[in-house]
Amino acid sequence: MIRLFNVSKRFGGKLALKNISLDIEQGEFIFISGPSGAGKSTLLKILYLADNIFEGQVLIDGMNLSRISSSKLPVLRRRFGIVFQDFKLIPTLTVYENISLVLEAAGKKTSFIKKKVMQVLRSIGMEKKAKAFPLTLSGGEQQRVAVARAVVGEPSIILADEPTGSLDSTSARAILDFLMEYHKKGSTILIASHDLHLMKNTIKGRNIELNAGRIVSTDIMY
Amino acid sequence: MIHSLKRALTDIRSNKFLNLITIITISLSIMVVSVFLLFFENAGRVIESWNQGGRAMIYLKGEFNTDMLPQLKAKINALGDIDEMVYISKAKALDTLKKTLASQTTFLKTLKKNPLPDALEIKIKSYKNFQGVQTLAQNIKAIDIVDDIEYGQGWLGQFLKLFKLFKITGYAMCGFFFLIALFITANTVRLAFYSRKLEVDIMRLVGATEIFIKAPFYIEGLVQGFLGGVLGLGALLATYLMVSSGITQSLASYVYFDIRFLSVKMVMLIIFSSTFLGWFGCYLSLKQIFK
Repeated sequence: MIRLFNVSKRFGGKLALKNISLDIEQGEFIFISGPSGAGKSTLLKILYLADNIFEGQVLIDGMNLSRISSSKLPVLRRRFGIVFQDFKLIPTLTVYENISLVLEAAGKKTSFIKKKVMQVLRSIGMEKKAKAFPLTLSGGEQQRVAVARAVVGEPSIILADEPTGSLDSTSARAILDFLMEYHKKGSTILIASHDLHLMKNTIKGRNIELNAGRIVSTDIMY
Repeated sequence: MIHSLKRALTDIRSNKFLNLITIITISLSIMVVSVFLLFFENAGRVIESWNQGGRAMIYLKGEFNTDMLPQLKAKINALGDIDEMVYISKAKALDTLKKTLASQTTFLKTLKKNPLPDALEIKIKSYKNFQGVQTLAQNIKAIDIVDDIEYGQGWLGQFLKLFKLFKITGYAMCGFFFLIALFITANTVRLAFYSRKLEVDIMRLVGATEIFIKAPFYIEGLVQGFLGGVLGLGALLATYLMVSSGITQSLASYVYFDIRFLSVKMVMLIIFSSTFLGWFGCYLSLKQIFK
């Protein structure tokens, strides 16, 4: 499903990723760990097409990211649900509008959008906050909204960059549990985090450890 | 579409001051352009109605006698474009003059000889084309027995010179103000874009197409252009209502001068142009940003 062949990324003269080769199958739960500066976020950015200048090849469902046309980019991006450490919620939009944006961008009908957004809000226990603005919410609530936005389009791949980084342990566990639910439904999930302890106690999947831009170990977490 | 409209209106609301400045700039530009158009439309009407609908007087030489009249009429008719032709003898002309001057005709009695020439009053068909009339007049004047032809060429020539000068100035001013409005609109859109950069970045990441991202900006540009046009015309209409009656009254004693506001067709054209201006400013800005 996702294949990386000798992917390298340079920032100036410094290599942030060095010859990363990786195969990720449909429905896998991948945990990318490593210290700060290991290249976790850089790897995710390449996967969710926020950074398209890199060496090597990345194939997603057989599509080569280096050769994909700009007109097909939005369609490919709709396969991803992305969760950021800093939530990246739009402050001028309500919780409902932040989530519905994904479906509006995909051209879904208003009635479908309303139904789907409310359904996702209920599943994260935020239906009463639909009209609230992000800055009036706590960090944990904002991250739940960010996760809701990531999953509302039912993406086949969910990419989360330090999704629990700024949360307390209870909120972090709630977020991971929620992501696990989507994993059970068949989504492929990639989480980049330095919090190996929390991950090991919460999720089951493959841990890929990065250090200084290289894969240093791969192991299965049970 | 609903999303784009909502976003555009939200953005206009949240950047009220910036949008207001843009709308005022567009409206001022539209007002300047409209003033020229108002002048052109009215001046055009004055030219059209010059000399009471294309009447011209052909003055004949002293050696003219009525036996020559059929041949002269044929010659003039052969030049074409003549609607009516009435012969006015010098006796009839003097008689008319006496009637017109009424009590002030004593000096006319002292005349030993009728000083007025025989004349033909003609009505030209396509009198709206001044150059065509000039050519026709020259051809008539070239006939041996014709002494002179009078079709208001003196004042009309001067008026046309002034009209041409205004036209050139008008074009220059219109172009200048168009560029100012375009620059301001483009910059407003650019500022709106940067104030919503996070939103745009997120939209891209969630798979929004460029059209979906750009649409609210285009709507904003169209709204600015439209409101600017309406406001500019509204201001011009208000000014027109205040000053037009005064101008008409002060000129009424000299010439028949009917000042009218812009035609509906012209108003529609101006509003369409200003709306297009808003869109075009947006287009230029986004083209540069998305390059």
